[in-house]
Amino acid sequence: MGAESTVSGAEIGHFDALARQWWDEDGDFKALHRINPVRIQYIRDQIQAHFGIEVGAPKPLKGLSILDIGCGGGLIAEPLARLGAEVIGIDASADAIGIARSHGAKLGIQYQNTAPEDLGGQRFDCVLSMEVIEHVEDTELFMEATAALIRPGGLFVGATLNRTLKSLALGKIAAEYVLGWVPPGTHDWRKFVRPSEFASLLRRAGLQVSDFTGISFRALEGDWTLSRDLGINYMLAAAKPGGE
Amino acid sequence: MIVGGGLVGAALCVALAQAGLEVVVIDRVDQRGQLDAGFDGRASAIAQAPKRMLSHLGIWEHLAEATPILDIRVADGASKLFLHYDHTEIGDAPLGYMVENRHMRSALFQALRPHPGVTYIAPAEITGVERAPEGARLTLSDGRTFNAPLVIGADGRQSYLRGQTDIALTRWSYKQTAIVCTIAHEKPHNNVAHEHFLPSGPFAILPISGNRSSIVWTERVGLVPDIMELDDAGFLDALGQRFGDFLGALSLAGPRWTYPLDLQFAHRCIDKRLALVGDAAHGMHPIAGQGLNLGLRDVAALAEVVIEAHRLGLDIGAAHILERYDRWRRFDAMLMLSLTDGINRLFSNDIAPVRLARDVGLALVNRSGPLKRFFMRHAMGEAGRLPKLLKGEPV
Ligand SMILES: Cc1cc2nc3c(=O)[nH]c(=O)nc-3n(C[C@H](O)[C@H](O)[C@H](O)COP(=O)(O)OP(=O)(O)OC[C@H]3O[C@@H](n4cnc5c(N)ncnc54)[C@H](O)[C@@H]3O)c2cc1C
Repeated sequence: MGAESTVSGAEIGHFDALARQWWDEDGDFKALHRINPVRIQYIRDQIQAHFGIEVGAPKPLKGLSILDIGCGGGLIAEPLARLGAEVIGIDASADAIGIARSHGAKLGIQYQNTAPEDLGGQRFDCVLSMEVIEHVEDTELFMEATAALIRPGGLFVGATLNRTLKSLALGKIAAEYVLGWVPPGTHDWRKFVRPSEFASLLRRAGLQVSDFTGISFRALEGDWTLSRDLGINYMLAAAKPGGE
Repeated sequence: MIVGGGLVGAALCVALAQAGLEVVVIDRVDQRGQLDAGFDGRASAIAQAPKRMLSHLGIWEHLAEATPILDIRVADGASKLFLHYDHTEIGDAPLGYMVENRHMRSALFQALRPHPGVTYIAPAEITGVERAPEGARLTLSDGRTFNAPLVIGADGRQSYLRGQTDIALTRWSYKQTAIVCTIAHEKPHNNVAHEHFLPSGPFAILPISGNRSSIVWTERVGLVPDIMELDDAGFLDALGQRFGDFLGALSLAGPRWTYPLDLQFAHRCIDKRLALVGDAAHGMHPIAGQGLNLGLRDVAALAEVVIEAHRLGLDIGAAHILERYDRWRRFDAMLMLSLTDGINRLFSNDIAPVRLARDVGLALVNRSGPLKRFFMRHAMGEAGRLPKLLKGEPV
């Protein structure tokens, strides 16, 4: 890892202890497993729209290279590989990478215990960063290193938590302490990123934001859905100009 | 991987195969055996919503025949009170269709034949199932094994797969047996279905093609052996006493079958890497002709959940995927079970106050438009948040 690093030391120790439980659907990552389908849906749909891929094709992501920054145990990387993409997953936690490698051995995903700024020179059709930015020390440096890994004409898809009173109440206090959806200490609310902040980070890194979409919990149905409410969890897509 | 290639299992197989999934179906009885004239003499009433799904899946077009039901007349034993459901009350569409089970099986097998992703293994018996966090493995009696992310139990009331879990099962016997046969009658049935509530249980006359009707005659268990031992003339005589003479002279148009009746429902229809559909999840009284319809609604919901997960590259047997199916189906199944059970209990007795209450009840339902339309819509499978296939839409 370089001298200047985007990775925050205190944050990683936290995830290492939990890494083994990534794939336990009823363990500490229960909420992540349940929110995962809508995330994948968003990523798939944004990629299909951006690259003009026919909806309903059997392996819609075939031939695309995707980098998943902060891949954890591989919850996002595995489904994308099944949809045909060539996926590289990186994570700052060696433990999570170990879990991801053994769990998804047959899917041909490459996992590396590294940070985006150490991938030098590589270019991907699509770069993902799901719930990473709110754990990062220097967000500007992180976004720059990330944008450099996208080929001209490529796509960035990100997800994070908004810094609103609602997300403090629901995303942090309720989710960690009251409902027990995620372990206490998972998030530091002060690091949550407002959509306007995320957008300007992306703009300064040379990307053009094309979409913001919220993710909401429907209490009646007991599941997660894409929505227009950016108040807590949200995702966004941004294009890198040029290419083709 | 589907265990049980009966009506429900085969329909699910078509739905999944059409979406490009690879499906292995295993059944004890091979297709020829299931199409044999002696295998299943029943006919099923298919409601509008499941019919739309069967059309969408390309199954309906293979049906040799389907008889629309335009009118249902319900009569309570000796009293002359009628509850009358006429299809024109809720639109132009028939209330449902009568389809002989052997025709349905044949249509299902034709629809799944062209799919390259389907492997139909029969006759074959399951002798073992292992369900681990990373996947499931089935062992057949000939020693073959199959791995899959998800096992679907469509193996009927005695479900072996359900028996391998700790899913609680509630069941009770109605101490009734259904005698099923097909009769020919002199006069046309005019597409009217009749349900007579007799003290020993409901007696249904269901219109099928030509001047024929399918009979479901519910009788107290103890009386059934004697009835079944009667020669054809004696049997027709006993049947005629319950049937009446409004369709002229009657004759038997096939063998007679008996089915013991009980109610059972599994408290969950999912377990680790397992989903139950059809009678494996819920068996009910045939009083409202809902068993298969409920099974087909299971098919629509499970197919939608599994196909959506597959299109997202997700693990189709993961708990959080199966939970969606369980949540979606539970309410509908419970409602149907309690409705059919309640109706049967209410009608299968001859106690005067109960008779009076239900006669008044029938008359009230008959007069109250909204209530009656609710029952009709529900019996037609229209209530609740519908899976796409039941709307005749692609998943
Ligand atoms: C008298 C009567 C009348 C009815 N009328 C109607 C009606 O009008 N309308 C309606 O909607 N419903 C009706 N029903 C209900 C309907 O018939 C059932 O709900 C429906 O057939 C259930 O289908 P299934 O595929 O779930 O189960 P089944 O038809 O029982 O199929 C299970 C299949 O699994 C196979 N199998 C079982 N165990 C194993 C094993 N261990 N290994 C391999 N294979 C196995 C069996 O061979 C069989 O093919 C009626 C029922 C009765 C009894």
